[in-house]
Amino acid sequence: MIGDLDFEVIGRSLPYLLKGLQYTVQLTAVAALGGTFFGTLLAMARLSSFRPASLSAAGYVNLMRSIPLLLVIFWFYFLAPVIVQSIMGWERPPRIGAARSAYITFIMFEAAYFCEIMRAGIHSIPKGQVGAAFALGLNYWQAMKLVILPQAFRNMLPVLLTQTIVLFQDVSLVSLLNVTDFVGASVKIAQRDSRVVEMYAFVAVVYFILCYSLSTLVKQLQRRIAIIH
Amino acid sequence: MHLGIFLEQVPDGNLAWWQMLASGLGWTLATAFFAWIMAFVLGSIVGVVRTTDNCWAVRVGNAYVELFRNIPLIVQFFIWYFVVPGLVLTVKRWVVTLDPTQHQFVTAVICLGFFTSARIAEQVRSGIQSLSSGQRYAGYALGLTQTQTYRYILLPMAYRIIIPPLTSEIMNLIKNTAVAYSIGLVELFFRTREMAEMTFRYFDAFTAATVIYVAIALTANRVMALIERRLAVPGYITGGK
Repeated sequence: MIGDLDFEVIGRSLPYLLKGLQYTVQLTAVAALGGTFFGTLLAMARLSSFRPASLSAAGYVNLMRSIPLLLVIFWFYFLAPVIVQSIMGWERPPRIGAARSAYITFIMFEAAYFCEIMRAGIHSIPKGQVGAAFALGLNYWQAMKLVILPQAFRNMLPVLLTQTIVLFQDVSLVSLLNVTDFVGASVKIAQRDSRVVEMYAFVAVVYFILCYSLSTLVKQLQRRIAIIH
Repeated sequence: MHLGIFLEQVPDGNLAWWQMLASGLGWTLATAFFAWIMAFVLGSIVGVVRTTDNCWAVRVGNAYVELFRNIPLIVQFFIWYFVVPGLVLTVKRWVVTLDPTQHQFVTAVICLGFFTSARIAEQVRSGIQSLSSGQRYAGYALGLTQTQTYRYILLPMAYRIIIPPLTSEIMNLIKNTAVAYSIGLVELFFRTREMAEMTFRYFDAFTAATVIYVAIALTANRVMALIERRLAVPGYITGGK
């Protein structure tokens, strides 16, 4: 059986696979940055004393966390044109396509997960610091921006990065919308050349090497940056 | 949203759409149930092995966890569905005797079972390590063997402490069954997608699936909270009273 394998297919299709990997990395980076930004806003909303804000943020986060990512991906694929239409006030929904709607999907989806991380981060700051910031005459936004959030980010950086590695793996689900991410590219080559075994084994090995080295780096970082209270 | 669509007949069959979704839900729950049993047994074994003082066993256990954590779930599905039968002749001979649904179901259970077991192993390990080492030594001092110490002292405590993380693993597992759609298992997400494509009622189909998944999550959450309260260790943070 092993004799039938032809690993040259990987060499032949490497440029195409690398383009897929590039899309995966790009989507991961954009979603991680966007997710952190909106996640932080959501966390502030969840912790706010203004009930409608905290309730709707909590509802959004819980909804996102209780349905499968695949369902979220298809929801946004189908809703993204409608959302853009209503924001821009256009007459017709634009044609967005799966590869671009995935950016919206993952930003919105990751925001829910990053929200929980940032909430824990904000909680990790001793209450006295908030009091001290207010006593110095800072307003809410200044206290958040200058005192609380920088420390919360630092404390939570390893967790944020670990979640980003999970995101990097989760992005592969867009291949089910026929998007040419790393997995999507390999699926297309595997089917075109009937080299299913070789392609998927190769993809698994690449993901393993990348994710394992990244998570080892995160562990080292964790030891270095921990703030000791 | 018109609920009437769920009562309409499926074009090629004599079932209504709500029955299709219900059958999908059945496959989702069955897959999650069997995968959970497998994951719980395997995860407990690997988790325990990682806390023993045999350094080779610990290394093998760590490698096991890293292997399943660092490959995307959909790729793991492809590996179990395409690569393993392609490489191992005995598996291939067995697989061709199965009908496609059986093959997809068995693959999904095995794949999710291994994937989830690595995560449970991590929880079991951290549960055991969160106990003070005095408990282990007390067991040894009483003359218990290592096996007995785990069986009667460490594991009963560890399991009760890790119920909250295990709850979220159960929910993750149920959500992850949707990825079995990639190999064609007719679970809830597959049926939702099918309904959306065939009736062009995307909004209704996806809303129904969302409601069902949220209902499962809420139910699982309530049930586990009940178990958690019954089994809480007094004096621990999660413990009542």
